[in-house]
Amino acid sequence: MSDGVVSKVSVVRKALTGAQAAAEVMRQVEPDVVAAYPITPQTPIVQEFAQFVADGLVNTEMIQVESEHSALSAVVGAAMSGARAMTATSSQGLALMWEVVAIASSMRLPIVMNIVNRAISAPLNIHCDHSDAMAIRDLGWIMLFSENPQEVYHNNIVAFRIGEHPDVFLPVAVNQDGFITSHCVEAVDVFEDSFVKNFVGEYKAPYNILDFDNPISAGEWAMPSHYFEFRVDMKKAMDRSVGVIEKVFEEFYKETGVKMDFFEAYKTEDAEIVFVVMNSTAGTIRYVVDKLREKGKKVGVIKVRVYRPFVVEKFLELIPSAKFIAVMDRALSIGTTGSPLYQDITSGLFANKRIVLVNDYIYGLGGRDFTDDDAYEMYEHAEYSLKEGISGQIVYVGLNPNLLGR
Amino acid sequence: MVGVKEFYDIRIHGRAGQGAKTAAQLLAEAAIDIGMYAQSFPEFGAERTGAPMKAYSRISKDKISVHYQITKPDVVVVMDESLFHAENVLEGIKEDSCIIVNTSDSPDTVRKKYNIPSNVKVYTVNATKIALDLFGKNFANIPLLGATVKIVGIIDPEKVKESIRKKFIKKLGEEGVNKNLLAFDKGMSEIIGG
Amino acid sequence: MLKVDKEIVSFSINPGGYAKGGTSLENKTGGWRSFRPVLNKEKCVNCMICWLNCPDDSIVVKDGQMLGFDYDYCKGCSLCSNVCPTKAISMVPEV
Repeated sequence: MSDGVVSKVSVVRKALTGAQAAAEVMRQVEPDVVAAYPITPQTPIVQEFAQFVADGLVNTEMIQVESEHSALSAVVGAAMSGARAMTATSSQGLALMWEVVAIASSMRLPIVMNIVNRAISAPLNIHCDHSDAMAIRDLGWIMLFSENPQEVYHNNIVAFRIGEHPDVFLPVAVNQDGFITSHCVEAVDVFEDSFVKNFVGEYKAPYNILDFDNPISAGEWAMPSHYFEFRVDMKKAMDRSVGVIEKVFEEFYKETGVKMDFFEAYKTEDAEIVFVVMNSTAGTIRYVVDKLREKGKKVGVIKVRVYRPFVVEKFLELIPSAKFIAVMDRALSIGTTGSPLYQDITSGLFANKRIVLVNDYIYGLGGRDFTDDDAYEMYEHAEYSLKEGISGQIVYVGLNPNLLGR
Repeated sequence: MVGVKEFYDIRIHGRAGQGAKTAAQLLAEAAIDIGMYAQSFPEFGAERTGAPMKAYSRISKDKISVHYQITKPDVVVVMDESLFHAENVLEGIKEDSCIIVNTSDSPDTVRKKYNIPSNVKVYTVNATKIALDLFGKNFANIPLLGATVKIVGIIDPEKVKESIRKKFIKKLGEEGVNKNLLAFDKGMSEIIGG
Repeated sequence: MLKVDKEIVSFSINPGGYAKGGTSLENKTGGWRSFRPVLNKEKCVNCMICWLNCPDDSIVVKDGQMLGFDYDYCKGCSLCSNVCPTKAISMVPEV
């Protein structure tokens, strides 16, 4: 539990993996429909939930499908009929879903999907990086990222309230690091079922394609005269989600004492060098920030909790003293100046006329372990860059150059 | 006992299928049960029975924020002596670290055989014999877990035993659980060295 | 917010692209026609091949009898005339 408000909600501390934490929320929320296809490292989420269904703990229609494309299609169909519907996937599964990922958001269906982040092929790799999620970042899904199983649990609860809000009606992806979070047992404070049920509330769908008395037509065709407006309308919904997320986080804090924010800053107030990081590595960086602070270094870290919508103005407020930003990307954009998080931040800085040195630190691709020593090394590079006025460099942390042919 | 610290990084070396992951998990669950913080995770590889693998547990009185594999362990557990030849089980080992080895040899013999530095404490337990006597199979993970709990000292053995019961009662029944608890106790009592 | 409008409003969109169902009834495509099908009842054997093929559901049938065309919706595509085995349907200019 965070400091400050004392929770009114009773909690039980359980030893759960990130995957189990997601399944736990699914049990407590009891969605109408779940359709999914197994893929490492997502599998334990749906496996655990399937057990809940088999044990009769939830009354959910579990649909077995033959691919991820079908999984999300089934969930889209269910959501169109007013059902609260969920799925989960990773990597190639998300890649196969892609066209339906775009359909889910543009048909404004507040589906909640857990993504257990994993590298994309080839070569085949089942381990963590964020390439899978980054490939859907501009498709109109709200994207939350989780540092640990506890945050997986919290993010999944608020996801419903955000996506299903009438001002929003957009799907929500809850991300967690493959294996590092999904398969790691940690202490998770689980709320009582009744609290989660009440907080999430009942889903009031605005339409039901199975309501034969009020027939509707879904999946429309739009000519050049109308299509543009549909896209802008979706963008406006994403913009409105900012206010909704603020309110939901505030209410969550009042009820549980748990603070959540778009960007979670740690010791950035006077920090000259600021790391920006997503998911499980955030904790490692916080630990290293503490160690560096002991040596008198003015350093801090920002964890991106809400990646879409990416509210850069909120980010800028948190770095009043920053002279150098070390953006950490666990994905590599090939053929442009920097990777996704770097692009979001640098364009935001520029557009807001904020001139700060920025490097893009690429780390952890395909599950390459990122240790405290890597973080110290990265800090040294950042410190050197600040001193020498270096900016715009792409730096590979933990790369083995001997393995590269040329 | 190593002396009670606030924070333990435990690395278990085993072969896939020997139960290293289960042992690490039981340790973490028991720690969480008594109000401590813990992490447990296996080395994330494509698992193939018999291949060398690692499982990790971090146990702490404070919240644990780091998320990476344990590179500087306080405790190394070697589930199978042959792993000394397959892997560098001493990697990252620190001055006050200790190593627990499943072997029929004495701690002194093990230290000499594998050139273990003098500032690292060596403990041995014949977990394989305990397992063979009780189960007729080499389920060395539970006796080694008992040995580890004894050495680490900050976790109540009774809590670990509760975790064992919870985990196995459905699969093994009362008799199976009791055998495992006995194996755990034997691991605790038969570990020697320091 | 995301309500499906009861009436179709030509120039505003419904978020997500949901619309009132059955609206093709309101869109009288008969006006698109430059040739109209005309039935010669004497040649017609009520085989229903025209009814099967008509893309706009504009063949009027009652009790197994082909009665003619629904000119509100028939676009004059001449498919019926082409598939008719007895050449009972001819296409006649509208103007």
